[in-house]
Amino acid sequence: MFTQIPLEHILLLSAALFTIGILAVITKRHAVVVLMGIELIFNAASLNLVAFSRHDPTLLQGQMFSLFVILVAAAEAAVALAIVLRVYQHFKTANLNQITSKEV
Amino acid sequence: MLFYIFAAVAVLSGAYMVLTRNLLYAGFSLLLTLLSIAAIYVLLFADFVAVTQLMVYVGGVLVLILFGIMLSSRVHDKSVMSENTNVGWGISISLLTLIGLSYTIWQAGFSSLPWIQQADTNVLGGQKSTVHLIGIKLMTDFVLPFEIASLLLLIALMGAAYIATDKEKV
Repeated sequence: MFTQIPLEHILLLSAALFTIGILAVITKRHAVVVLMGIELIFNAASLNLVAFSRHDPTLLQGQMFSLFVILVAAAEAAVALAIVLRVYQHFKTANLNQITSKEV
Repeated sequence: MLFYIFAAVAVLSGAYMVLTRNLLYAGFSLLLTLLSIAAIYVLLFADFVAVTQLMVYVGGVLVLILFGIMLSSRVHDKSVMSENTNVGWGISISLLTLIGLSYTIWQAGFSSLPWIQQADTNVLGGQKSTVHLIGIKLMTDFVLPFEIASLLLLIALMGAAYIATDKEKV
């Protein structure tokens, strides 16, 4: 049988991924990289849900939550990339700092 | 032991995604992170979630992100590179977040909670996979979120197609 992975180690991995996502969201200027950071944050949250779901006697509530998280993340990515493409067509750049400082 | 290898791969490629300035390298290191997270899902007895992660993230979202990189930057000049901003604030905020989260996890002692210690053995209960149970759950307990999710996906599809079309030319 498998040796159990300690729960704290999974939570620490999830915290590290969450931190990397926050770092990407704050420091990057290109809009697509900010979206990649947001995807990383979603993944960290859903890793937590699956980690606790391992100890659920009915076994499935956390996994169902993480399935819905993945689904909402997919919808969010589609709409956000469509918005990024429109913004790029309008401003001719995807750099967030230049977008806020330019006249419409 | 396999868990720590995949965790190291996930964290290292995530860090490379932040550190590199080439957008395509960032996209492919995000691919590596998502793949190792899917492997960790398998190790956590969540096979259906792992396959969904592979199909939706690696097959869908990452291809969309690569499309976004290709369409929103001119590859010939230097704009496939992305500059950094707010580096000091970003590093300090994320370090504080990491320290706070680690301290909270270490102090909370989740492993000594009673409901976790009771359910800690015989996790899968003799069954081989979670697909059967997830199917039953989706059609009984979670049928309302399931239907709302399908509606959400339809709205997101229509909205994305409407936003991305060029309105002057149509």
